[in-house]
Parts: sequence; structure tokens; C-alpha cells
Amino acid sequence: MVRRSPYPQWFYLPAGVVYGVLFVVPTFASFYFSLTRWTIFESHFIGLDNFVAFFREPALVRGFTNTLIYGVVTSGAKVVLGLALAVLLTSRIVARGWLRSVVFFPVLVSTIGVGLTFTVLLNPERGLVNQVLGAAGVDGPGWLTNPSYALLSVAMVDVWKGVGLATLIYIAGIVSIPQEYLEAARVDGASAWSVFRSVILPLARPATVTVIILSLIGGLRSFDLIWAMTRGGPGFTSDVVASVIYKQYQAGFAGLSTAGNVVLFAVVTAIVLPLSRFLNRKEVEL
Amino acid sequence: MSRRNWPLSIAAILVSAVVFLVPFAFILLMAGKDRAQAALLDFSWPAQFRFVPNFVDVVEARDYMLIIAYINSTILTVTAVAGMVVLAAMVAFVLQRRPGRLHGLINFLVLAGLIVPPAVVPTIWVLKGVGLFGTMPGLILVEIAFGLSFCVLLFRAFIATIPRELDEAAVIDGAGPLRLFFRVIFPLLRSVIITAVVVQSVTVFNDFVNPLYFLPGDPTVQLTLYNFAGQYTAEYNLLFMNILLITIPPLIMFLFFNRRIVSGMTSGAVKG
Repeated sequence: MVRRSPYPQWFYLPAGVVYGVLFVVPTFASFYFSLTRWTIFESHFIGLDNFVAFFREPALVRGFTNTLIYGVVTSGAKVVLGLALAVLLTSRIVARGWLRSVVFFPVLVSTIGVGLTFTVLLNPERGLVNQVLGAAGVDGPGWLTNPSYALLSVAMVDVWKGVGLATLIYIAGIVSIPQEYLEAARVDGASAWSVFRSVILPLARPATVTVIILSLIGGLRSFDLIWAMTRGGPGFTSDVVASVIYKQYQAGFAGLSTAGNVVLFAVVTAIVLPLSRFLNRKEVEL
Repeated sequence: MSRRNWPLSIAAILVSAVVFLVPFAFILLMAGKDRAQAALLDFSWPAQFRFVPNFVDVVEARDYMLIIAYINSTILTVTAVAGMVVLAAMVAFVLQRRPGRLHGLINFLVLAGLIVPPAVVPTIWVLKGVGLFGTMPGLILVEIAFGLSFCVLLFRAFIATIPRELDEAAVIDGAGPLRLFFRVIFPLLRSVIITAVVVQSVTVFNDFVNPLYFLPGDPTVQLTLYNFAGQYTAEYNLLFMNILLITIPPLIMFLFFNRRIVSGMTSGAVKG
């Protein structure tokens, strides 16, 4: 007699149906529809035309390069600032718990709300940021209206909102470093800097890997903050692939929009997968 | 050794107050101003406090749109989070307990769910095919599908700490799989379920992209806020009152579940 397992595989079924129908099927369908001229109702196979358009039209190419810039800038800034804040917030300072809460809270706030608030704060003439800069004698630029600053201004706000999560991950990593290592280093007369450089930094490596991967995935896919602050403007200078996808969808070019999705898929996997493999391998060697 | 570093502390408190609290103070101040003063966009004390009239105006704007949006967002958040927690716990349970042929495939799908950007227009196409596009159930199912991966990872790690002897005891006592799962395992997951619920509620409540694509007709709070910003361009006091109202639910979550959120976001993240 075969005893039936207490762990039946049909437990996978409900989740599998929802996930399969609404995530797996659309993902595979996107590969086909990206090769078509498509109105959601009708599709004509046109080969690689959508992708050619994607890499010929200046507006779309700009979205592609902006996505890379945005992902790298936000991810890099979150690593540096998150680590610095985590070191600060695990040191002997007053009001540590309160400071951790303050740094973390923006993570939980509505992205649209944050975007609209900073749009006002960054207003070129009357915004708080430029008023303060003006009082200090600096002529602040049009953060969101100047094509050369718009994307980076949004990236700055993204870092403001997201650095709390990076900090938390680093705090968890630093707290788990055995105290003996830090004491041994101090007994050996290591300076604060060399403790950081040779003990904390290498031992917090798993946290670094997590922060880089997570913020890259988030940054490359980012849409709502950019949409709330600039809508990809001025012109298309702060467009990213995710906002191009939305714009093309609204304009009725479902095939081109889906090609954008496939490009985004390719970018994210082509960057994140090798990077996580590389970072995790070095961790083992340590 | 336990000497506290006062100068550094004071500097840290001042800088964090300027960088992280001033924007929130700004929201609060703007929400209390009258229309003319709010239009100046400056960081100043309200000449007269108009919190109550502004609140009433925002709620009444566009035929009580905000109330409808809150109801919609509440329904969406509660059902989507409940659904993803139960479905993900079932997957995580069998996945952790029974390494089988499907094991590798499911692990792959879970990780894919965290990395792969959802294909939006094909998802609309599928939803139209099954007649759920533009409906609340459709959006709920989409949110469940996108939230499953995170929950499965969180639960699987926790289930690994529950001894198998417990399952065996329940099976010997005659419990079938459903009973074993819902009466024995699920209640033991309580603490990690609270974590998942809190983190995912904030995520779903704050979600803007999915309602934008999949539920264009009915308002959710984030969509309402976004449209409000487009329509009431001259009434910044009302806009910021709206932002304030949308910030309050996460703030309450944060005050009550600070530790849960922190542990959930870091543990889930580190394992992912």
C-alpha cells in the first residue's frame, strides 16, 4: 500500500494557476507580440521592426540609455550612502533608534506623494531647495526643467526615498559581525578607518551584494517616481524604458510597447544575473 | 568604552532632521494653508490654520472621489494580501517539505518573479481574454501573482525551522494534508505572516503602476492623487492635504509594526 504524502503537490495548484496565467503566460506572449504590429485585438507579424525602431528613434534610444544611467546612479548612491549611514547608526551615538526610524520611514510612503512633494520643493523659482541655495548665494538650476539635470534630480529623490532600505540591510549585516573581530582589531591598534576598511567592509559583503542587486532591479524597472515628477520630460530627456512602454501603450502601439518590455527584460536579466553570479562567487572564495 | 559621541550625535540628528523631516513638515504645513498662501510654495507657517476646511474640500472634491478611492484601495489591499499569503504559504510548505521533481522548476519561477519585469500589455491581453480586464477581481489577481514570490521566500525560510516531528504527530493522529496545513502549520506561521501582511499591505496600498494599467476606470488612492495633481494645479493646499491623507495609513503601520517591517524587509531581502 502506498501511503499518500502529507505534502500533496496540488498545494502548488492555486498559486500556480494565478501565477501561470497572469505572469508566466504574458511573459512568453510578450516575446511573440514584440514581433508584431499589435492593437491588442489584431496582430500582424512584422519581424524585428519594433526592435529596429527602438534602437533607431532618438526618443526611444534615450529611454534606453537613461534606464542604464538611472539604475547605476541610484544603485551606486544607495550602496555608498546606505553603508555610511549604517556605520553611523551602529556606532555609539544618541537617539540611534529614532534616527533609524527617520531614515527608514520614506521607504513606506507613497512614491506618487513623494514625487509630487519634491516637484514642489524643486520648483526653480519658489521651491525650498533653490530658496535655500539662493540665500547661500548659489543660483540653483531648474532641477526638473533643465534637460541635463531632470533625470539626475529624479534619481536623487529616488535615493532619498530608498536609502533607508539599503541602510537597514547594511545594519543587519554589520550587527551580525562577531564582536571578537572588532575587539581583536582594536587590541591590535587598528584605527577606525582600517577597522572599517579591513573588517566591516569585507564582512558586510553579503549585504552589499543584496543592496546592489535589489536596487538595480528596482532602479532599472522604475516608473512611478519618474512619471510623477517629469513624465519623462522636458521633451523625452528623462524617459526610461518603463515610461516609454506606458507612452507607446497609450498611443495605441501595443507591439512597440511590448518590444520595450522585452528590451527591459533583456536589460534586467543581462545585468542582474551575471552580476549576482559574479558577486556571490567571490563571496565563497573569501 | 560606553562613552557616547555627543558631537557626532547632534550633527546626525540635525542633518537627518533637515534631510528627512523637512519634506514631511512641508507636507503638513502646506496642507494647513489657505489657497493663496499655498500657491507661494514657500516653507512657512500657515497664516491661518485651515486643516478642517481643507480636509472637507478634498473629501468632497469630484463627488467624494477620495472616499470611493479609499474603499477601493482597502478592498484591493485586504483581499490581495490575504490571497497571496494563503497561496504562498501552501507553496512554501510543500516546497520546503518535499523535494521532488517540481522543486527546481518552482524555485526558478519564484526567483523569476522577483527579477523579471511584468509584461504589461500582454497581461492586459490575457485579462481581456478571461474577461477580467478593468475589474477589481482582475487587479486583485494581478497583485497576488506579483506578490507571491516575496511571500514564498519569506515563508519557506520560516517553515524550515518548524520540526517535521510535528507533521508526523499530526499525521499519526489522522490529520489529512489540509488539516495538517491549516490547523497545525499555518497557525505556527503567525509571526512571519504578520510580517508578510504588513510589508505587502504597504506595497499594494502604495502601488500606482498596476492600477494604472489594469483598472483604468475605478480610482484607487494613488491614482486619485495623481489625477488630482493634474486637475487642481492651482490648489496646492488641497493637493498636499491629499498627500497627507495618503501618508497616514503607512505611518500607522510603521508606528505599530516597526520591528516587523524591518525584519521582513531585511530577511526577505537577504535571502532573495
